[in-house]
Amino acid sequence: MRFRDHVVVGDILELAQRYRDEGADELVFYDITASPDGRTVDRSWIRRIARILDIPFCVAGGIRSVGDAEEVLGEGAEKVSINSPALADPELISRLSARFGAQCVVVGIDSQTVDGVYQVYQFTGDPERTRNTARKTLDWVREVQERGAGEIVLNCMASDGVRKGYDIAQLSAVRALCRVPLIASGGAGAKEHFASVFNEARVDGALAASVFHTGALPIPDLKNYLRDTAIEVRP
Amino acid sequence: MQLVIIDSGGANIASLRYAIDRLGVASELTTDPEKVRAASHVILPGVGAAADCMGRLQKIPGLVETIRKLRQPMLGICVGMQLLFESSEEGEVPCLGLLPGRVRRFADRDDLPVPHMGWNQLEFEPGSPLLKDIQPGDHVYFVHSYSAPVGPLTLATATYGEQFSALVQSGNVFGAQFHPERSARIGSLLLRNFLQLQQTH
Repeated sequence: MRFRDHVVVGDILELAQRYRDEGADELVFYDITASPDGRTVDRSWIRRIARILDIPFCVAGGIRSVGDAEEVLGEGAEKVSINSPALADPELISRLSARFGAQCVVVGIDSQTVDGVYQVYQFTGDPERTRNTARKTLDWVREVQERGAGEIVLNCMASDGVRKGYDIAQLSAVRALCRVPLIASGGAGAKEHFASVFNEARVDGALAASVFHTGALPIPDLKNYLRDTAIEVRP
Repeated sequence: MQLVIIDSGGANIASLRYAIDRLGVASELTTDPEKVRAASHVILPGVGAAADCMGRLQKIPGLVETIRKLRQPMLGICVGMQLLFESSEEGEVPCLGLLPGRVRRFADRDDLPVPHMGWNQLEFEPGSPLLKDIQPGDHVYFVHSYSAPVGPLTLATATYGEQFSALVQSGNVFGAQFHPERSARIGSLLLRNFLQLQQTH
């Protein structure tokens, strides 16, 4: 689930609790307090989340060094997810993986089709700064694995926020060369979308935000539906 | 009850401590052999590479010997469980040798990503006090690339391409390959059950 909207910590705790109780299998927090200029940030909110959550969670945003990751993991997160900093300094993936193990290191990739080729975008958190990196997504997927990423979250930008379904074609193309867990992101709007991304793109997990935040699709309903379509889910 | 968590330097220690807090139990994080010896229950957590984890334990004078001689209930979690065996393929490292056997890497397969990360079902024959109130088929959360084969000490298995040991026991020594601290209600039950075990003689 993406917590991209600006919410105060109290609300995050409440949301986290709600999703925990509804049966979410993992939560992803996008840390919008992480400052782009690298000044010290207060990460005590992570500890408050860790105290109440009994499911794994990942923190994304603002992790630019081994020290940043150490702090986030030390507060109780299972994983860190890096996106723009990995593009700026791909060696960061290797350093994090060597220090904490691949299982802690998630690489987020924002991607969309440009002239018929999947390309990677950077700084997608800020519409003013978002830019095409001229990297080909499939090449980047290969590279991050070689560098020690333990999981890839592929956010298909054209589908994101549209709720018309995951980008099955793009996810399938990435799946074909992804040997670590692959999480689909962008496009979830209905329970059928989850079934098709698992069945057709063979992803290991499906991430969604607004469809859960708004209550449009309650997680227990989704899980019952997936179970009925013979996809194994935790009750 | 005096619960000690051995500070093996892994990244899951904070979440483990919070899980214990949620049970209303106090815990002490330490590498002091004296405190480990005095505990009623010991947890050996571990995340990262087996060789690194073993190296950190070996740096503390007397700690490894103390762990080997414990008579009170001890639970190794994830890499902490793998360290209980004789050796691990990961870094070809000799481990604590409290359980016979060798920890192996998952076979490389096109259709199964490694690390194995996610919720999988436990399969077991009920009866162990460690599994009280837990049902076969219940889901727990795994994150690992290495695992212990199924053998006579296996209490519960899980399957990821191949069947492997999810829970093992030999006398006072227990190991969980999954993360009870992040396995929701089932994980919490397992920790509670462990803390209710009595010392064996």
